[in-house]
Amino acid sequence: MNQNGRFSQVFNILFCAFMLAPIVVVMGVSLTPEGFLEFPPSGISLRWYQAILDNPDFIEAAWISLKLGIVAATVASVLAVPAALAIGQGKFKGREALQALFLSPLMVPTVVLGIAFLRFLSLFGLNGTFTGLVLCHAIIITPFILRLVLAAVVGLDRTVDRAAESLGASNWTIFRRITLPSILPGVIGGWVLAFITSFDELTVTVFIVNPATTTLPVRMFSHITQTTDPLVASVSALTVIFTIILMVAVDRMYGLDRLLIGEGKK
Amino acid sequence: MNEKPWMMSAPALTLFGVLLLVPLCMTFFLSFNSFGFYTGIENTVSMENYAEVVSDSYFWEIFGRTFAIALATTFFCALLGVPQAYILYRLSPAWRSIVVLIVIGPLLISVVVRTLGWAILLGNNGVINSALQNWGLIERPIKMMYTSGGIVLALTHVFLPFMVLAVWAALQRKDPAVEAAAESLGARPFTIFRRIVLPQVIPGILSGSLIVFSMAASSFATPAILGGRRVKVVATTVYDEFLNTLNWPLGAAIAMLLLASVMVIMLAWNRLVERRYGEALE
Repeated sequence: MNQNGRFSQVFNILFCAFMLAPIVVVMGVSLTPEGFLEFPPSGISLRWYQAILDNPDFIEAAWISLKLGIVAATVASVLAVPAALAIGQGKFKGREALQALFLSPLMVPTVVLGIAFLRFLSLFGLNGTFTGLVLCHAIIITPFILRLVLAAVVGLDRTVDRAAESLGASNWTIFRRITLPSILPGVIGGWVLAFITSFDELTVTVFIVNPATTTLPVRMFSHITQTTDPLVASVSALTVIFTIILMVAVDRMYGLDRLLIGEGKK
Repeated sequence: MNEKPWMMSAPALTLFGVLLLVPLCMTFFLSFNSFGFYTGIENTVSMENYAEVVSDSYFWEIFGRTFAIALATTFFCALLGVPQAYILYRLSPAWRSIVVLIVIGPLLISVVVRTLGWAILLGNNGVINSALQNWGLIERPIKMMYTSGGIVLALTHVFLPFMVLAVWAALQRKDPAVEAAAESLGARPFTIFRRIVLPQVIPGILSGSLIVFSMAASSFATPAILGGRRVKVVATTVYDEFLNTLNWPLGAAIAMLLLASVMVIMLAWNRLVERRYGEALE
């Protein structure tokens, strides 16, 4: 039952309108038949969606972002899952320091991370390479996976592990047949959140790309700061649709609030 | 000593050591180097970059503006986010899942896209100004692009979900029986919110504020698009030093000062919260 009074309901509606306003405006502008940013659009046209096809820059950037997101989220998962198991299950000296280190990319201002990566990569000739981007993104997104997997690990019933161990199962079998299936929702939720974070990342990436590896957010950012035409609105609208599809899928599977608060099942 | 946890963490530890700790240290050392227009980065050690930043009122203005914007953003996020989290908490489950998507979903949409939306809304010929002019409420457009106010508005939108999430998490930890007791004793809804709910969620508000403040102080995309060269903040200044002026040592010094001030504020804030609300957080 809705327990909110009338004032709360009005506040709720205004709040939702505020949250949706800029996104709705971008989607609306993308449908304009005119050559300038116009809202509400005077007509409905797919002119600026067609224009994307004539701009291979954006399509190539989208591919790079997609590949980067998938590879970086996978690399980060492979690194973060065993680390989360170690931190979540073991009691050992340095455990808290280790966890703090793996969560630290959330604490350091992103612009500082960006220049640190730029300085390091340029000394080793890796600046602007896809490998460099993958490694830097893996660092930025590891905290998201770690938090969700940790939440899943903490809720695990260890007696099942011990039962399997006493029956002679190897560590790898225990991981594959018992641990992994029970933390899988956390791992998948973390992977998706990491993928989206990588796909949208701008502040760090803007320092470490070159023209050949420009990602979609960087491409959009430089387009916005140079010109204002509805082309970037139609590109934005497509990424919004893509994100909404992912978001609804994750919400069904895992719960958006749990994903973003990073807490285990209640 | 138990070695297994370290073996399992070794791959991640290696990546973080080589690609996070080493670069951060290198940036720290870089901030002591000097830069010549013809010679590039020179491998000297001096405090001249820090002296330049500290002695120049131009940089003071940028740091002052950045922290003022971050503070205002935090204030508005708390002002709007706390009641909204409470409303969310009291919604029926079916409505709640829809409103959660609307309120928290934008977090997953690129900041560039959201800021583009605000640029379209706030421009001199933008949606808000045209609407106000059409209704005859104003004669000349209100300047909102390239102002600190416009940046605060857009950043509030960008970071509100974090505040709602933090307060909502605190709401779920509170004792619902106290509210019911107050209601049965005839307290009005607003009184219940102010006297019963609010004190219980203060730790959530404080941790949400900390997240919002630190992210707002180092935000880049929104001030870069809405403020441009005219309303510079620390992050956009660092960007210009690195990618336009190419004075990396000076840029590194500015970034280190940002890192240090954000860290100091966060630690001070944390200690304050722990001293006052230590029990509530456990």
